[in-house]
Amino acid sequence: MITIVDYKAGNLTSVKRALDHLGITSQISADPDIVRKAEKVIFPGVGAAGAAMDVLKEWNLDSALKAAFKNGTPILGICLGCQIILTHSEEDDTHCLDLVPGACVRFHLNDPTLKVPHMGWNAVTVTQPHPILSHLRPDDEFYFVHSFYPQLADMAKVYATSEYGSTFPVAIGTNNLFAVQFHAEKSGPLGLRLLENFARWKP
Amino acid sequence: MLSKRIISCLDVRDGKLAKSVKFVDTKDIGDPIGQAKKYYEDGLDELVFYDITASSDRRDIMIDVVSRVAEQVFIPFSVGGGLRTVDDCSRVLLAGAEKVNVNSAAVKRPELISEASKAFGAQAVVLSMDVLHVDPSAQIPSGYEIVINGGRTPMGLDAIRWAQRGEELGAGELVVNSIDADGTKQGYELILTRLIAEAVSIPVIASGGGGKPEHLYAVLTEGKADAALVASMLHYGEYTVGEIKAYLVGRGLKIRMVN
Repeated sequence: MITIVDYKAGNLTSVKRALDHLGITSQISADPDIVRKAEKVIFPGVGAAGAAMDVLKEWNLDSALKAAFKNGTPILGICLGCQIILTHSEEDDTHCLDLVPGACVRFHLNDPTLKVPHMGWNAVTVTQPHPILSHLRPDDEFYFVHSFYPQLADMAKVYATSEYGSTFPVAIGTNNLFAVQFHAEKSGPLGLRLLENFARWKP
Repeated sequence: MLSKRIISCLDVRDGKLAKSVKFVDTKDIGDPIGQAKKYYEDGLDELVFYDITASSDRRDIMIDVVSRVAEQVFIPFSVGGGLRTVDDCSRVLLAGAEKVNVNSAAVKRPELISEASKAFGAQAVVLSMDVLHVDPSAQIPSGYEIVINGGRTPMGLDAIRWAQRGEELGAGELVVNSIDADGTKQGYELILTRLIAEAVSIPVIASGGGGKPEHLYAVLTEGKADAALVASMLHYGEYTVGEIKAYLVGRGLKIRMVN
């Protein structure tokens, strides 16, 4: 059973529908006790970091996620869920969950033809192997919608990158935590396969 | 670098697929869910569902279509047609759409764009505009005028100005639909598309007139569009998504290919 964390941050049902389609059992929950004891956690999200952290704190989901991470629960962050696990976000100058040392920063692009948000399909390049990305081949594309991206001091925690003005991390991981900046649930068969890999993953 | 997107628009009336030609004489041609699934499997990048149901009491049928699509299609899709309030938008987003597509209602009440953008984020709000070529005037300096009600009512509003206003109000993307080109299969309105793409900094989706892969190439390069909308060339089986994409890749465009 995968628990999808509900913190009022957008398309949770898209993730649920994708898991249903794959025949993977899941539940959507905002209950910190359920998150703390979950077998596996998906932490999705669309929206702004500040508002999201406010809700997480108010509902005690911040401590539940930290506890689940410490307990070794496999966690998959998606989009905003890939940003809020870092120490800090430039968006609303927000102090985040700090599960992975790093900061979420805004795209500053010199090329005026590159638009922000970075929205659409872009190629994802695997920089070091990970079971969740095992099906990827060069030039495989995923669907992105974001204006901020994760920046890590420790490149050993970066598993994949994309190009938009410059190279930026799009998949990060440490121990039982893995997170992707793109929307796996909206990235066609390759995204579904990634969710399937997470369901099978035994960190 | 982002790939250029190929998007298909499915006009849905009373839960069934229809394709309009010059906005008159629409005829039903099939099942929207089956069609959406086929395009998804063929590698389409995104879908738009446009509800052209006349009576408002039939809207629940559309919500049902949206949620059934969301169960089977795992690419982004937007829904438009008859969305007048944030509540209307909220319903289709909850049913599983990523984005809402607003058109006439936003021309009549531009605050709809800012309200929806504030409620769901700019990335969820697509401003669709129907544009007619007219003689340039003081009121319409570009010679492109916004029309509503399926092209029947001119609004005295310049398309370039409206595009910029839409961006200011918080639209995340624009669909630029040429009424002159729609259904002709003679190619997209390149000048209009380019004028708008150069006037805004949000993605522009070209719509109306696509009949051959060459037309898509032209609008994605010369027309400066970020994405192209295709309807009849796919719906009538004249081309597959794969054929269109293979052509564009052959011409050197960055396009998402699936096996």
